Amino acid sequence: MIRVQPEDFDVGAEIAALTGGNHRIGGLAVFVGLVRDMAGEEAIGAMTLEHYPGMTEKELARIEEEAKQRWPLEASLIIHRIGRLEPGDRIVLVLTASAHRQAAFDACQFLIDWLKTKAPFWKQEETAGGPRWVEARDSDGEAAGRWRKRDPDAAE
Amino acid sequence: MKLLYFAWLKTKTGVAEEDVSPPAEVTTVAELLTWLTSRGPGYAEALEDLSTIRVAVNQVYARPGDPVGPGDEVALFPPVTGG
Repeated sequence: MIRVQPEDFDVGAEIAALTGGNHRIGGLAVFVGLVRDMAGEEAIGAMTLEHYPGMTEKELARIEEEAKQRWPLEASLIIHRIGRLEPGDRIVLVLTASAHRQAAFDACQFLIDWLKTKAPFWKQEETAGGPRWVEARDSDGEAAGRWRKRDPDAAE
Repeated sequence: MKLLYFAWLKTKTGVAEEDVSPPAEVTTVAELLTWLTSRGPGYAEALEDLSTIRVAVNQVYARPGDPVGPGDEVALFPPVTGG
């Protein structure tokens, strides 16, 4: 499942809703992304998440479908927030559930790695020098590249 | 053809969304980007370094040689930074 929303999410409630009643699930992996208060050496007051309505949901669904093809998942959920967020706020939630832990761990890491390089979101940080668009990091591309062996339609 | 601009591409072009009618010889993503640079200094500056530009045609990532035509939704944006 995919959700793009300005509202915060309750991790416990989302886990309960995703896994409730499915007793084939033996392992659940959770990733929560949070807003840091620093970018390198510079303090960040807040950030604003922009996205491409329509494509964002489609791209997240494509990424989730790819994970389902690669691992035997019982359930999965991606929530990504948009709008203005402050340090400490939750930005993104990835849940993956499977019969065994390894598939859950691997699928969770795959989803956040691919999300960071494929899903059309952009962060603008509020700094003392004014607003600034965050630049993509090479390390994110490398993290996503680890999973690329079976990526037939990589855009980069 | 509907064009969408996101993040700093929107700031530099000064446009979030516009309808355009490129000449008939513009049939690929690469040709569209070249044509766009001729539309004003903001466009030329925004598209100066194509390695920093990603393009989606009808909400799917596209390569320079992919076709574009009337009726398509073409989005230009920098590398993504979500998560």
